[in-house]
Amino acid sequence: MRFELRETRSTALMICAPVAAIAAALVLSGGLIALAGASVIEAYRFILVGAFGSRSSIAETLTRATPLILTGLAAAVAFRARLWNIGGEGQFLIGAIAVAAVGSELTAGLPSAIAIPILFVVGALGGMALMLVALGLRQGFQVDEVVSTLLLNFVALLFVSMMVEGALRDPMAFGWPQSVPVADNATLPRLMERTRLHAGLIVALLLAVVVYLIQARTVFGLQSKAAGYNAGAARFAGVPLGRTLVLVACISGGLAGLAGAIQVMGVRGNVTTDISPGFGYSGIVIAMLANLNPLGVILAACFAAIMFIGADGMSRAVGVPSFIADVTVALSLLTMLVALFFTQYRVRW
Amino acid sequence: MELIAILGSEGLWEAVLRIATPLIFGTLGALLCERAGVLNLGIEGIMAFGALIGWLAVYNGAGLWTGLAVAALSGALFGLLHAVLTVPLGLSQHVTGLGITLFASSLAYFIFRLSVQIEGSPPTIRPFQPVELGPIGDIPFLGPVLSSQTAPTYLAIAVAFVMMYVLFRTPLGLAIRMTGENPHAAEAQGVNPVRVRFACIMAGSALMAMGGAFLTLSAFNSFFPTMIQGRGWVCIALVVFASWRPGWALTGALLFALVDAYQLRLQSALEDAIPYQLFLMAPYVAAIAVLAVMARRARVPQALMKPYRRGER
Repeated sequence: MRFELRETRSTALMICAPVAAIAAALVLSGGLIALAGASVIEAYRFILVGAFGSRSSIAETLTRATPLILTGLAAAVAFRARLWNIGGEGQFLIGAIAVAAVGSELTAGLPSAIAIPILFVVGALGGMALMLVALGLRQGFQVDEVVSTLLLNFVALLFVSMMVEGALRDPMAFGWPQSVPVADNATLPRLMERTRLHAGLIVALLLAVVVYLIQARTVFGLQSKAAGYNAGAARFAGVPLGRTLVLVACISGGLAGLAGAIQVMGVRGNVTTDISPGFGYSGIVIAMLANLNPLGVILAACFAAIMFIGADGMSRAVGVPSFIADVTVALSLLTMLVALFFTQYRVRW
Repeated sequence: MELIAILGSEGLWEAVLRIATPLIFGTLGALLCERAGVLNLGIEGIMAFGALIGWLAVYNGAGLWTGLAVAALSGALFGLLHAVLTVPLGLSQHVTGLGITLFASSLAYFIFRLSVQIEGSPPTIRPFQPVELGPIGDIPFLGPVLSSQTAPTYLAIAVAFVMMYVLFRTPLGLAIRMTGENPHAAEAQGVNPVRVRFACIMAGSALMAMGGAFLTLSAFNSFFPTMIQGRGWVCIALVVFASWRPGWALTGALLFALVDAYQLRLQSALEDAIPYQLFLMAPYVAAIAVLAVMARRARVPQALMKPYRRGER
């Protein structure tokens, strides 16, 4: 058996890859559900009911998808330029805490139309700053950004913990470690009555389109792709590699930071250390499932959100631990990698 | 003055050896994989799974050594998965490793929730007890420090010396290092690079899982999610610090544990003046600093992260 490089890759094949990957991941986690002693069909039915069964569950799924779209975009933008930003988690947290710091008092007197954009920028800048640290270490000291961003995630979490127990502690929370809440003028408008779905979804969707257009239609988009495919050739062709990478890092870190900002302004109102159930890490899976396509990120984020929200309901109904969603999402990353391999190579016997 | 007095205390050095043990296992495991040319970022998840499965085995009545062996076996299986994806298929070692980490850790939490239906405090086991050293225990300072350690700590140190010997003094070690430097040359010498990489990744991952299991079987006596807390990533940084040499890996892990143990004691000494989170950041910041200093001068195995395909350049 040997693998032979395909000369062309058909669009159909590229669309099949994520579908096949998700199907394979669902089958494999089905094995675990069976192991847990539940009916697999029943469990998956409850996952769908949990994610789509009612108006409020649909709203909840979309609410969950919002930060995932942004962290997925953050990873996709960086990965395309072969900048392995695994620090979406930390950048999310810094973006969130930055918004809590600024949005509780400094912008409290402003009208919402001004305060909200300012806070978006603040959150994005927070994420950006953390990513630029990692990029600086890579460019200046040849530190692998995978390891530095991973380590910075823990530093960021401890920083948030320090803030919510120290400088930004909410004095009204009876000693519970949570940050001061953002002022009412910074709360994102609701999209549906009596649900948590907020305008952040629109922002995330718009940004996916913007990122798509930047990548497909601008010089910078081409340059970042070239830097990823073959840095040496790109430099030879006159691509300013350093500048391109800085810009990619800013966009990537900024998107992850913005995700944190939006989660605070749209859902939580304040920051606690458990504000992110691994949004940054899920973003990596989502970017890969989307094959780094910004529009595909939307669909992939919806898949992950369906699994997470659905599994909560399923867990209550049939008693399979809701961690099954994390397992399925992680498995879909591995199966997607294999599926992508077979879009590049065919097997010859 | 108090800060220096801490350095001379027996308690500190007892803690150093205890904290270092999972790092020694993990760093040696990662080092072995990388010497054969494959980066294994599955380490964080493999440690988590090893911690769970070793503990679960003992919780269900197996002996402590059996628990450790079960953990090693599970690590080898995850290593096999990593090897299949990165060696014959040549997938991105970064992304595959992260995928393994996400998969192994979420699977560990899933199995934990499934098998232990409890609320409140997690169930415990009776962990490894300190080894009786006889007359050595009477030596001042060294005696008390050594006689508070458990057997896996000595095993970890022994593995470092064995790996030192095997890598640099045996034909097998030569084959491993050749595979990591230049698999084509290795193949020309009659070494099968694919087989070497499979073996190294599986053995290395087994060591990682044992490092995780040490946490639940010796350092603590129960499992809880997020207990690995980035130790795996620290190990990846330590491999660079060690310049891919087992002896330096051992030294690096001990130095690192010294930083960690020292910050824990400083934390209680300076409790009011400085927020404790700054101390907890110390190990991660130290790891990044180590990378910044060492990365440029490190002698990386030349074929690291380059997939090998027979007859292809």
